[in-house]
Amino acid sequence: MAKKILTTPIKAEDLEDIHAGDIIYLTGHITTCRDVAHRRLIEEGRKLPVDIDGGAIMHAGPIIRALGDEKYEMVSVGPTTSMRMEKFEKEFIKETGVKLIVGKGGMGAGTMEGCRDHKAIHTVFPAGCAVVAATCVEKIESANWKDLGMPETLWTCKVKDFGPLIVSIDTHGRNLFEENKIKFNEKKEEAIAEICKHVSFIK
Amino acid sequence: MTKEEAAARLTSTIAKFVAHTGKRLPDDVRQKLKELGEQEETPLAKIIYEAMFKNQDLAVELNRPSCQDTGALQFFVTCGANFPYLGQLQDILREAVIVATKEAPLRHNSVETFDEYNTGKNVGKGVPSIFWDIVPDNDELELHTYMAGGGCSLPGKAMVLMPGEGYEGVTRFVMDVMTSYGLNACPPLLVGVGIGTSVETAAMLSKKALMRPIGSHNENERAASMEKLLEDGINKIGLGPQGLTGKNSVLGVHIENTARHPSVIGVAVNVGCWSHRRGHIIFDKDLNYTIDSHTGVEL
Repeated sequence: MAKKILTTPIKAEDLEDIHAGDIIYLTGHITTCRDVAHRRLIEEGRKLPVDIDGGAIMHAGPIIRALGDEKYEMVSVGPTTSMRMEKFEKEFIKETGVKLIVGKGGMGAGTMEGCRDHKAIHTVFPAGCAVVAATCVEKIESANWKDLGMPETLWTCKVKDFGPLIVSIDTHGRNLFEENKIKFNEKKEEAIAEICKHVSFIK
Repeated sequence: MTKEEAAARLTSTIAKFVAHTGKRLPDDVRQKLKELGEQEETPLAKIIYEAMFKNQDLAVELNRPSCQDTGALQFFVTCGANFPYLGQLQDILREAVIVATKEAPLRHNSVETFDEYNTGKNVGKGVPSIFWDIVPDNDELELHTYMAGGGCSLPGKAMVLMPGEGYEGVTRFVMDVMTSYGLNACPPLLVGVGIGTSVETAAMLSKKALMRPIGSHNENERAASMEKLLEDGINKIGLGPQGLTGKNSVLGVHIENTARHPSVIGVAVNVGCWSHRRGHIIFDKDLNYTIDSHTGVEL
C-alpha cells in the first residue's frame, strides 16, 4: 500500500477518500495548539496569532531548546489528550478552517460534527513517541503567545512525512474511538461478570 | 565530606538519575512491552508498537526525553531515621528537579493553582510531590522516582464504597475507569488499585502500587488472585496499544491494601502509561548508590 501523504494547505477534497482507521502522514506546516489557546479563541474571542486555514494543528506541549535570537530546536513533541479540547473543537474548526487535527485518544460528538460539516479530520499520533515526532520536525518557524509558557505556546513547525497518523474521525461522520468504545463496553460487561464469580470475599 | 559537599553530591546524583529515567524505561517495563508487542497481530497494533520501540531507541541515541510530557515529579522516600542528610532531603529533592529540568531537559510542568501561572522551573508549591516513610534504626535512603504525566494522571479516581457493594463493586469501579478514561491514557497501562479505609488511604496505595516491579504480586493470596483476574479481564476488553484495539490492554495490575473500617471500602485507581518512567535508587550513609530499576546506568 502506497504511503498516503497530505500536504498543507489541505483542501476539503484531499480528505474525501480518507476514512477512520486509515494511516496517513503530513508534509508542510503544523502548529501546536492546546488548552488555553482554544479557550482564548472561543471563550475570550481573541484572534489566533497564526493563520491555520487549510492547515494542521497538534494537541501537544513540546520540549523546546531555545537557541537564542528567536531560534528554537524541537527536542521532544508528542500528542496530549485531545478530549480536553472537545468542549471547544467544533467551534474551533469552524472559526479557523483547520483541516487536520493531530492528538491523542479520541474526541467526542462535537468534533465529529465539526469534522463532518466543515471537512476536517482528527488523527492520532502514537502517544509517548515524542522523539519520533521531533525528528520529523525540520524547523520551528515561529513561536506565538509565548506568555503561555513552553507547553502552551503556539509553535509552528515545518514537518516532513510526519506520522504515522491514525485517522480517528473522518469527514464522513465516522468516529473510530466511539465505535471501539461500544465494543469495549460490551466486552467489559462480560469480563466483570466473569471476575465477580471469584471475588465474593465478604461472606 | 562536609554537609554542603554531601548535599551537592546527592543533588547531582538524583538529578542525573531523574534525567536518565526520562530517556530510558526501567528494565521490567521494556521487557514487558516487548512481550506484549510480539503478541499483537493486526497491522495497526504492529505499526504502533514499532513506533514505540523506534522512539525508545531514538531517545537513547539522541539523548532526549522519550516522551514530551516528563510529568510532575514525585518521590516516594523511604528514609532511615539515621540517614545523615534526612533533614536536608526535602530541599535536595527540589533542587535536583530544578537541575534535571535544565540538563535533561524536562518540560516545565508546574502551574501554581489559583494564580495560574507556570513557574518555568518545574517546581512549585508542593511540587515535586514528596511522600515520606521513615524507618527507625536505619541509615539508608531509598527513593522511588516517578514522572507523573498528565495523560496517565487523568484517569485517577477514588471513592468509598459501601460494604454491600463488596469486591464486586471494586471490580466494576476499576473496570469502568478502563473504558472511560483509561483508553486515552496510553495503553498498555500499568493499573494500580488501592483498597483501604477512606479516599486518601486508597488513593495513596493505588499510586504506591505503581512503584512495584512488573510481575510482582500482592502477598495476600486473594489480593494476588484479584490482580490476575483484573489483568485478564482488562486484557479481554481489548484496548490494545493507544486504545486502538489489540490483544492486550495492560502491563499488569497491582493491588495494595490496608485494613478498613467495617462500614466502608475505600477504593482508588491510578494508572501508569506504557511509558512508565519509574526509577528506584538506594543510597547508603556514605552516598554510594545502587540502582535496581535500570541496568547499566552510569550517572
